[in-house]
Amino acid sequence: MSMNNQGRPTGTGTSGFASTSGSALLPNEPLLFEIGDTEHSGVDLPDVTISTSRLGGFERKMPLDLAGLTEPEAMRHYVRLSRLNHSIDSGMYPLGSCTMKHNPRLNEKMARLPGFSDIHPLQPVSTVQGALELMNQLSHWLMTLTNTAAVALTPKAGAHGELLGMMAIKAAQDAAGQSHRKIVLVPESAHGTNPATAAFLGYTVKPIPARSDGTVDVQAVKDALSPDVAAIMLTNPNTCGLFEPQVIEIARAIHDAGAFFYCDGANFNAIMGVVRPGDLGIDAMHINLHKTFSTPHGGGGPGAGPVVLSAALAPFAPVPFVRKGDNGLELVEHAEGEVLGRITAFQGQMGMYVRALTYMLSHGGDGLAQAAQDAVLNANYIKARLAHAFSVPFGDYPTMHEALFDDTFLAGTGVTTLDFAKALIDEGFHPMTMYFPLVVHGAMLIEPTESESKQTLDRFCDVMEELATDAKAGNSERFTSAPLKAPRRRLDETRAARSPILKWERPAETLKAAE
Amino acid sequence: MRYLPHSEAERAEMLGVIGAANIDALFSAVPAKALRTFDLGLPAHSPEFLVEAHMKALAAKNHAGADGPFFVGAGAYRHHVPATVDHLIQRSEWLTAYTPYQPEISQGTLQMLFEFQTQVAKLTGMDVANASLYDGSTGTAEAVLMARRLTKRNKIVLSGGLHPHYRDVVKAYLKDDADLECLSASPEGQGDILDHIDEATAAIVIQTPDFYGHLRDMKLAADAAHAKGALLIVVITEVVSLGLLEAPGALGADIVVAEGQSIGNALNFGGPYLGLMATRKEFIRQMPGRLCGETVDAEGQRGFVLTLSTREQHIRREKATSNICTNSGLCALAFSIHMGLLGEAGFTRLARLNHANACKLADALEAVNGVELLNKTFFNEMTIRTSQPAAGLIERLATRGILGGVPVSRLEPSDPSVANLIVLAATELTTDADIAALCAALAEELA
Repeated sequence: MSMNNQGRPTGTGTSGFASTSGSALLPNEPLLFEIGDTEHSGVDLPDVTISTSRLGGFERKMPLDLAGLTEPEAMRHYVRLSRLNHSIDSGMYPLGSCTMKHNPRLNEKMARLPGFSDIHPLQPVSTVQGALELMNQLSHWLMTLTNTAAVALTPKAGAHGELLGMMAIKAAQDAAGQSHRKIVLVPESAHGTNPATAAFLGYTVKPIPARSDGTVDVQAVKDALSPDVAAIMLTNPNTCGLFEPQVIEIARAIHDAGAFFYCDGANFNAIMGVVRPGDLGIDAMHINLHKTFSTPHGGGGPGAGPVVLSAALAPFAPVPFVRKGDNGLELVEHAEGEVLGRITAFQGQMGMYVRALTYMLSHGGDGLAQAAQDAVLNANYIKARLAHAFSVPFGDYPTMHEALFDDTFLAGTGVTTLDFAKALIDEGFHPMTMYFPLVVHGAMLIEPTESESKQTLDRFCDVMEELATDAKAGNSERFTSAPLKAPRRRLDETRAARSPILKWERPAETLKAAE
Repeated sequence: MRYLPHSEAERAEMLGVIGAANIDALFSAVPAKALRTFDLGLPAHSPEFLVEAHMKALAAKNHAGADGPFFVGAGAYRHHVPATVDHLIQRSEWLTAYTPYQPEISQGTLQMLFEFQTQVAKLTGMDVANASLYDGSTGTAEAVLMARRLTKRNKIVLSGGLHPHYRDVVKAYLKDDADLECLSASPEGQGDILDHIDEATAAIVIQTPDFYGHLRDMKLAADAAHAKGALLIVVITEVVSLGLLEAPGALGADIVVAEGQSIGNALNFGGPYLGLMATRKEFIRQMPGRLCGETVDAEGQRGFVLTLSTREQHIRREKATSNICTNSGLCALAFSIHMGLLGEAGFTRLARLNHANACKLADALEAVNGVELLNKTFFNEMTIRTSQPAAGLIERLATRGILGGVPVSRLEPSDPSVANLIVLAATELTTDADIAALCAALAEELA
């Protein structure tokens, strides 16, 4: 998920760093390179000598200059750093489009079983039958939940899945002599990855405007269709948190025109177990295991983005895939008549497959549907509680798993969406997604997920109401100066981009460079 | 269900506040015929101990690396990961944080990424590194595209020593591209790539140590590429080699891509891994992926933010340098912690230990009848030619409990010239007993 990050200019201040330990429980932690040195190490290894090296004269001459820490120093460095992060486990994280749900620790424990973590992608397939069986089981769940014919597990992230799905569409059209189809329709509310993916594959992106109610008009799609259209990339539920009411008609129109329907499955959490995307007419859809199926976000990846495929696209799935053979399961690494080839070196994100399947088995089919319903319930509850104090862009009808507000309610207050979000930090909550989707002015996109209790939702809504009241009362200082209680005040992003400092350099080197 | 906080009474109360008669009313936008009314046939929710039993039964069907002598490499390597690393990356604040879009409350992740970028830049000898990519193979494809943007030329030449999977990924990314030239496999370390560079060449891609273990002359390649205005992309699948081998940046590389799995990350059957990418500072704005930069906050305190995002899809949309929307954050954290624990002293010792064990392995293999070692140079990996087809031989070794390497035919099935080749790796975990067991088994099988 992406979001604009428009920083309000901050004070210039002086660059510098106080090597204090910080205050109370908020640490001020020096860089690894400021506390470690090249002699210290936290790993005991024998110092072997090599009589006849086989390095052929390519030995390193450039100094490595890598700082090391002993184990207790390293432990403290990374624990102290960690405390500067907000996380799901420490508080509500209502980032719209990101599905920040609880990450069960059973998933972590299972992923670390040596039978999963200590197996090599190229060891004989006869020695990894359990791993292939796991991939098959995961595939079964994904295909059942989506009513689709096939699944390509290997994509390493949602955007990677998009790429694969669109490559499969391109391959199918090339095979059918339809290579002239060079246009991809993308609604204006789409994630930035959609147009980026289409452009990457050489398609021309044709935007589809949103209706005033935030959804896509089937007529607008029909008007944009031509024999040169390859596909539509549509997010459903869409990025405004709304189910596309005409999605079936849109799919029909797309298919009638000989094009394919790529569905961005980022918001599958709203409908898993309740609606099967295959029943809506999708041809390909990526599923973010790190959103819907609770694999950890890890501070920005690794993700996993398996793609389910319709029968029309199934023959164009990439290698490798699992197949039943005479002697158990086979891993097909080179397929006859293979079209797409391979989009990553090995079998994809096995560690995430284990976590996702563990999560599915824990919930069961009934629990997954209940989770989707609770996610939708929670978003509607927030919307219902806050509608009187905030401004709702698309009128009074149910939302799916996200509540979307615009910044009309802040008009004349001198407070922006960004300021409002930063004030939320001082109240102990991670801000909502801001300024996305782009079709809504000053958007605030709130996705509570099913993991939040009613008590937490009430506390969040109380805080939101109080902030809205305060903003309207003219107390803009509280917002424009926020956050005041976080480990850092607002950061100067303009300065960071204007003269980028992307790595640490010894102060002496810095001085020399400045001469 | 243990993960869902609401009681039925709370659900009813919340529906009351919303003004909805029941939960179905919230799904009213869904066309009636698409709302599921039947059973999916999936099992019902399950207690933790039953799920655990199910997963353990699956795991037990696999032969884990620790179960016997292990020599499998070819792009993923079995190294020791200190307990500290795995403990730290499971801390809630690392594990369950999102991308650091709110820098005021994400300084942990951001400072770590800044440290990570510094470590990667130092390792590779390059000016700048990004915050990681999915893995080495997709990173290679991204580097090729980056080289095209930088040079405004199209021709790409892939060395015959490039990992065949990496080559295949580049092929898939550049589908139907007449300007992509893939040289045939070079298991003997032979290289003719320099003859393929011309004025239309955007970049040549060379792996070192290459797929077969040979060390390639980067300086020679860089000079030849630069003489024609082309770029040199260096690919490294075994990052531990940089503890002993010269940094590509010191030899003239323009873009360095590496698989970082070896440091801090388990084998995981192929993922999640992390791609490292480093380049010259004048190329930053064409580099894909996230970048973390230093700045100050409103009080002048040092802090870190994601920066130069005008390259990225969420700002640039169809004009972005790549569609990449994430990095491999937790794997980068594991890498950074492990590298921070090693330090220069530890990392150098680790690399030497790997090379020393590989030397022992090479010497032992050469003494086996029916085995020919193809490498004059190597770091921790090498290729042998056996007197029998490799695929069946590796299967027979597996039935003896020995994972004896990768038959090249598994990756190059249509090239009969590699049918008898095996790529083997040794690491710090390889013991003398492992080597003896492998060689004894090989001697018996090849007798």
